[in-house]
Amino acid sequence: MPPSEQLLAADHSLAFPGGYTRSVGPVIGRFLTELRDGRLVGVRAASGRVLFPPVEYDADGETVTEEFVEVGPECTVGAYAWVARPRPGHPLERPFAWALLTPDGADTAMVHVLDLGVFEEGAKAPKTLRAGLRVRPKWRGERTGTIGDIESFRPDVTMINAPVEAGYRLSAGHALSRFLGGIGEGRILGHRCGVCGKVYVPMKGLCPVDGVPTTEEVEVPDTGTVTTFAVNNIPDPRAPDVPFVSAYVLLDGSDIAMVALVAGVPAGDVRMGMRVRAVWRPREEWGRTMTNIKWFEPLDEPDVPFDDIKDYL
Amino acid sequence: MDIAVVAFAQTEHMGEDSGRSEVEILAPIIGEVKERTGLKRFGFTCSGSLDYLAGAPFSFVSALDAVGAWPPISESHVEMDAAWALYEAYVRLLHGDIDTALVYGFGKPSQVVRPDGESGLPELMSLQLDPYYLEPLGLDQVSMAALQARAYLELGHKEDDLRAVAARSRADGRANPYALDLPDPGDDDYEIAPLRPYDCAPVTDGAAAIVLATGDRARELCERPAWIRGADHRIEAHSLGARDLGRSESTTLAGQKAGARDVEVAELHAQFSHEELILREALGLGDDVRVNPSGGPLAANPVMATGLIRVGEAAGWIHRGEARRTLAHASYGPCLQSNLVCVLEA
Ligand SMILES: [Zn+2]
Repeated sequence: MPPSEQLLAADHSLAFPGGYTRSVGPVIGRFLTELRDGRLVGVRAASGRVLFPPVEYDADGETVTEEFVEVGPECTVGAYAWVARPRPGHPLERPFAWALLTPDGADTAMVHVLDLGVFEEGAKAPKTLRAGLRVRPKWRGERTGTIGDIESFRPDVTMINAPVEAGYRLSAGHALSRFLGGIGEGRILGHRCGVCGKVYVPMKGLCPVDGVPTTEEVEVPDTGTVTTFAVNNIPDPRAPDVPFVSAYVLLDGSDIAMVALVAGVPAGDVRMGMRVRAVWRPREEWGRTMTNIKWFEPLDEPDVPFDDIKDYL
Repeated sequence: MDIAVVAFAQTEHMGEDSGRSEVEILAPIIGEVKERTGLKRFGFTCSGSLDYLAGAPFSFVSALDAVGAWPPISESHVEMDAAWALYEAYVRLLHGDIDTALVYGFGKPSQVVRPDGESGLPELMSLQLDPYYLEPLGLDQVSMAALQARAYLELGHKEDDLRAVAARSRADGRANPYALDLPDPGDDDYEIAPLRPYDCAPVTDGAAAIVLATGDRARELCERPAWIRGADHRIEAHSLGARDLGRSESTTLAGQKAGARDVEVAELHAQFSHEELILREALGLGDDVRVNPSGGPLAANPVMATGLIRVGEAAGWIHRGEARRTLAHASYGPCLQSNLVCVLEA
């Protein structure tokens, strides 16, 4: 197009330098004055209803009395709107909610800002946000008599988080030290009871059935049978991928099952009676710890009949 | 006094700045209704617009250039949707000393732009809020609508109900040559929960004009005049916390006073999808009533003309002989604060 027909455009902004000066009158003025002092007040209508924030007359044209009533500060949330991505003019730069808030002792509500904590931009509304939530004002340190003297409303305290830490030095005892010493060499050791003949892995140094000390050491292989198991869908630091299977494995030659992970097989294929073998971590990673055994994996052997394991569940 | 809508014209509404000024958007449709009726002068002229959309005081005065205001004409303006200008013209015609009136509204919200280039319309509309309790909070139009949507959902409704309104509006809008061509609702994230972008009317530039006439003059000017059988508007508390946001009592009352019953088509000024549902309930519109077949404001929302377009669309069904009795609704203020209902009949 010829230059004379080029469309012109320019930025334009509209502002009132210094802002508008407004008289607030005796009703709104009283509210803002009390607000500056950290109090919420409503005004009583002729019917006895307490209107909050105060207005010169209620919605039905009913007159108000000159009686101001302290309300709140506890408020109940009515309708609410979750702002996951605040706009430039919004009061908070992180996600927050708008809410209709009715202070205790008032019959009408005010719109204000609800600060439910720190959320990343775009976050979904937290489950705590709901009608009926109880909240209180967070006052600004320096107040001037505007609706913004309340920075936001925050939920009542219903939970606290109290970190606890206590230090210990635990001793494994003789039997467990001996057992873990064996694990550190790739051997699985147990004790046989001199009375009942059962083999306990790991050994405790006594037979819990007969109540007698045990000393006869027995080495058992790292193969065994799944007696029962669970499929876990909640991640665990030791098994971050879900689902994972934890199982009772009865090592061959022992009489007590140990808890272990079962892997190398889809969770849905694990079954009672399944034959498994320990998978050891590389020898250079071994210490005197059960984590030397990574988990158990299936052996290509027929399942053990239920009757043979039914006493070990 | 029988008063009818005898002519209606609207722009092909635009979803972005066309480079035209407000007057350039308006002028062609003023010409269109003049040509349609053969009228060059009107007994009364009334317009609806919003100075804040242009950022200039008395911006409506320059729009009078589109009418031709010399020699001096009898003219008025409302700083509201032009549906209220139509109401003023209707009342003026009831006096009986004139027999025609021109009503128009226009808006160019696309020029309301934040420094970051995004639309500043939600914030601009907040300038209509009270300066003590609401405006200083930074409360924007969409946030307020979301509060109302939540209040409505709390009554037992589902977000899918809102989506269905948006989907129907957009589909109807695509069939309306004057509305915007908007896709079906996608899997949009929330704008302000519980509202998603498709639940909110699009930024739209446009204008509309209507000619009203009385009695025999109306019959001369139009083959099938759309007679105004009732018109009423009601307002309720400005404070959002002083009313039940999940319902619209002022719409119910305006509807009763205007005789809103037995209508076949209803054009509702719903700028957010939940508003249509609240308005349907307030007006007692059954499933047999066709609501917003034009696509409604969710398919084109030229602010300050949107309400007047509802009247024009409702009248169109009667002009074309496709309906006997229709309803138009217009709204103004936050969360359906003020509502106008107009019932038209063949
Ligand atoms: Zn001229």
